[in-house]
Parts: sequence; C-alpha cells; structure tokens
Amino acid sequence: MYMLRTDNITMKFGGLVAVSNLNLEIKQNEIVGLIGPNGAGKTTAFNMITSQYTPTEGSIFFNNEDITSYKPYEITKLGIARTFQNIKLFKEMTVLENVLVGNHLRVRSPLILSVLRSPMYLREEKHMVEKSMNLLRDLNLDDVVNEKAYSLPYGKQRRLEIARALATDPKLLLLDEPAAGMNPQESIELMNFIHEIREKFDLTIFLIEHTMQVVMGVCERIYVLDYGVTIAEGNPSDIQNNPKVIEAYLGVN
Amino acid sequence: MEREKKIRVVLTVTAAAVAVGLLVLFNLILDSYMMRIVNLCGIYITLALSLNLIYGFTGMFSLGHAGFMAVGAYTTALLTMSPAQKEMNFFLEPIVPWLANVEWSFLPALLMGGVVAAVAGFIIGAPALKLKDDYLAIATLGFAEIIRIFFTNMQSITNGPLGLKGLPPYTNVWWTWGIAFASILFMVFLFKGSYGRAFKAIREDEVAAEAMGINLFRHKMLSFTIGSFMAGVGGGLLGNLMGTIDPLMFRFLLAFNILLIVVLGGMGSITGTVISGIVITVLMEYLRFLDGPMDFYLFSTDGIPGLRMVIFSIMLMVVILFFQKGIMGNREFSWDFLFRPGRFKKNSVEGE
Repeated sequence: MYMLRTDNITMKFGGLVAVSNLNLEIKQNEIVGLIGPNGAGKTTAFNMITSQYTPTEGSIFFNNEDITSYKPYEITKLGIARTFQNIKLFKEMTVLENVLVGNHLRVRSPLILSVLRSPMYLREEKHMVEKSMNLLRDLNLDDVVNEKAYSLPYGKQRRLEIARALATDPKLLLLDEPAAGMNPQESIELMNFIHEIREKFDLTIFLIEHTMQVVMGVCERIYVLDYGVTIAEGNPSDIQNNPKVIEAYLGVN
Repeated sequence: MEREKKIRVVLTVTAAAVAVGLLVLFNLILDSYMMRIVNLCGIYITLALSLNLIYGFTGMFSLGHAGFMAVGAYTTALLTMSPAQKEMNFFLEPIVPWLANVEWSFLPALLMGGVVAAVAGFIIGAPALKLKDDYLAIATLGFAEIIRIFFTNMQSITNGPLGLKGLPPYTNVWWTWGIAFASILFMVFLFKGSYGRAFKAIREDEVAAEAMGINLFRHKMLSFTIGSFMAGVGGGLLGNLMGTIDPLMFRFLLAFNILLIVVLGGMGSITGTVISGIVITVLMEYLRFLDGPMDFYLFSTDGIPGLRMVIFSIMLMVVILFFQKGIMGNREFSWDFLFRPGRFKKNSVEGE
C-alpha cells in the first residue's frame, strides 16, 4: 500500500525526453530523496506530481486515487503540498498573510459572507489566524509575522515557504532543494527540522536535494535520476556505493 | 489595546461624519457646475476602485472597463426613462416592445445595470482570463470595442449612434458619494478577509497561489465579475449625471482615464484610488483652460483641443518614470501614525 505511486510516467517537451518511465513508490511516513545531476529531470518529476505538467504517458496515484488529470489546486486539496526551488513567496504580503493564504482552500463561507463579516466567517478567520500563528511559532517565525515576505533573510524565506505549505494540511510534502544556499550549520538544523515536522504533522516527505550531507542524513530511501532515467534506488549506503551513481556524478576514468 | 481600538472607532466615525458634513456643505454653497465635479469625483472613485480590484489587487491587466460602463449606463438609462421619453428618442426605428413601457425607479435600475454588466463581464472573462498581462489587455480592449459597436448598431434597443437623451435626472451627491462609500467599505472588508488575500496572492504569483490550493480560474472570475458589476453601477451613475449617452462616450479614452487614476493612486491601494480619484477629476476640470485660447505674450494660440490630455499623458509618464508605485504604493491609510508616530502601517486595511 503506497501513498504515492507513479506508473511509468514520461514527460516529453517536443523531442526532449525530460523524464522517462519513472516509477516512484512512496510509503506513508517515509522520507524519500530524489537526487541526480543538474538537468536530470527532478523538478520536472515534482511538477508532474503536483500537476503543473501533465505527464505525456503514465499515471500517478495518490492513496490509490488516479490524480494524473487533476488540476494543481485539486491536488493541494487532496493533501500534497510543495515548496519551490526558486522561492515563490507572495512578496508584497506579510509573513502572516502568506501563511493565511495557505488556509484559504479550506474556507467554506462564500465571498459575500466574508465581506459582511458574518459570525460563520469570523469563526473561520479566527481559527485560521490561530492555526497560522501556531505554525509560525513552531517554525520560529513568530518574531516577523508582520514583516513583508521579501524583507526576510533567505533562510527565513525558505522556512516561510514550508510554513505556507504546511498551512494547507498536507499528508505528503514535496521539498524542492530545501537546503539550497544554506551553510553547513544551517543544513544540519534543516535536517533536524525535517525530522521534527514529520513527527509533528505526521507527514510523508519527498525531497529533491543537492547537498549530499542532507540527503544522506535525512532520507530513508533515495531515487537517482540521470537524463530522465532512474539509474538507482535504495537506502543511502547502497546509493553511495552504487557504481552507476558514482559514474553519473563523477564520470568514468 | 481595548482603549486604542475604541479611539480608532471614534476617529473613523468622526472622519465619516466630517466627510458627510462636507458633502452637505458643498451641496449648500457650491453652484451646479462645481457640484457636477463633486459628483464626478464620487463616480470616478467607484469606477477606479472597480478597476483597482481587477488590476491592482488581482493583477489582471484589463482595459475593457469602458465596455462594462456602457452596459451599465445603457441598462440604467433604458430602465429609468419614461415611455414618453423613449418614444421621442426612438424616432428612426421604434424601440422593442418589451422595453417600451418599463419605468423603474433609480436604485433597482442601477443595480440591474450592475448585474447586466457583471453578466457581460462573466461572459467575456470566461475565455479572456485564460490570457495574461498585455494579451489580456488587448483581448479585453477588443471586447469593449465589440460592446460599443454592438450598441451603435442595435438601433431598436439602444437607438444606435443617436444615443439616448433626456434621462431623468436622479443623480445627486447622495447617490454618487453614497455608492462611492459603499464601494470603499466593500473593498476594505473584502481585503480584510480570506478572499481578498487570495486575490492578492494571485497577483503576487499565480503558480504559487495555485499550489496553495487556490482555484485560479474561479477566483479570477470572481474578481473580474465583481469589478464589472461596480463598473456597471458607476457607468449607470455617470450616464445619468450626463443626462445623455451615446456609444462614442464609451471609447478607450474613458478606460484610460480610470486607469490613470488607479496607477497614479497606487496599484492595490484603496486610499490611493480615493485620493487620486479626487485629484484627477478636479484637475481634469481645472485644466480645461489649456484647451481654450491662450496668450503667451510672444505668441498666442486660439485653443488647441486635447492639450489637456497631453498634460495628462505627460503626468502619467512622469509617474511611471519617477513614482512607479503611485501616491500610496500598496499602503493604506490607517490611524497607526497617531499611536506610533512617524510610521504608516504597511499593507493593512484599517478604517478609512
């Protein structure tokens, strides 16, 4: 029983095959990594799972539901949230507002009740604000709630993106290079943080990462892509000793 | 905190009372020409707020506003005119029978103008909102022209290029500013809530907004349709204030004026739109002398029609070059400066 399963998904852009016949199987509560050299098709795989791209071939199942043709917002509603490689915050909005937007998908009052500030809507709003504040406290962002998102330092922006994704109540969290631009100390903190949020929010985590320290330290299983093809799969120590992986990363002599 | 909150409420109520008092005063002391400008201010605030909702807050560059205003203006006019007036207007070709004997009072007619404009907005938005940025602007501009051409040619409904004359004069300062205040309140409360935040998120980053579970198309349509509704109501008021309407009134230039107000005031600022709505409308009248004959001592001109618009174009260019964010940027007025001196609270919608 897999939480996320992809069945031979392939993505072609014209003549370029970005990802070919990718078969992922992710179980509940796992932390799985996806690595590979630049241009291997890692982000494309993420974009297919979250339906930014529709796979040219193959299908994707989330808790046995075929989500291949779903819209991105429907996928978020089902419980898959993501962060982006190049941070995509709502820059001109405050930190709190960014997280509140992540709650919007569960708002049930229609627009008119929100404008009239009816009791039903105000209850929802109060709940949203409390939940978001708790989330920001958990992620140590409670000192900047009223700052504009663009004014945050890089590390906090990364954390805010995760907070925003968590606000959608995901079951599966996709992290696209969470450690990009972090120094070794911050990377270690990030590893602890990933373990922490998995326990706290009962998450399954699938992440793309280049920093080997993070990947090997945090992932229980790893997929390796090269030119869109899966060249290896296994636990961190297997991957480290796999000749194909070494070849893809270091070349052959 | 409780005390501060109370003071804010008192201040807001006082400000509203002062505004109403000013309007009463204007009504008493100003002549009809000046009152017309006061009325125009109110109408332009409503119209500019509707465009700011679509463009400044949701990030959809729409230039189709004149079309929705035309729809609102014609609907309101046709519903409020007396059967006798209609018969006098439609001398080339009689009016369609189902419109000939309708005579509504002003408020339902205005609201109906808004509703019909909203329907038009919905129909146009459904295909056009798949586009973005400049492409959306061109598409909406095209649709607005189509509406205008339709109105020019539907002789038996709109009286074609002859237009409609002798609309019953209902518009006064209470109508125009009442609706302007209603629009301001609507916007303030909308952007205090979750839907307003979703609209802003779409403006900031569509991909991220959709990844946050926001149904892009539905929210864009919501914003566009509400904006069209407000544009329709504003158009109805404008038509009624003018007393006569014809299709030529609703050319691109009208949409451009409203865009000027929005950009000058600050995209995504309700306060900015209100301020610049008043400033631009007053200047538009005050600068009328530019169109007339002028004597420069060395040489004199016998009036260059349109020089006023040249000045406005230059103003817009200056704004775009040097004050890219307009008067207010995306900030809003709030009473915070009284409590924390020297600092405007950024981006929070507090009482007007």
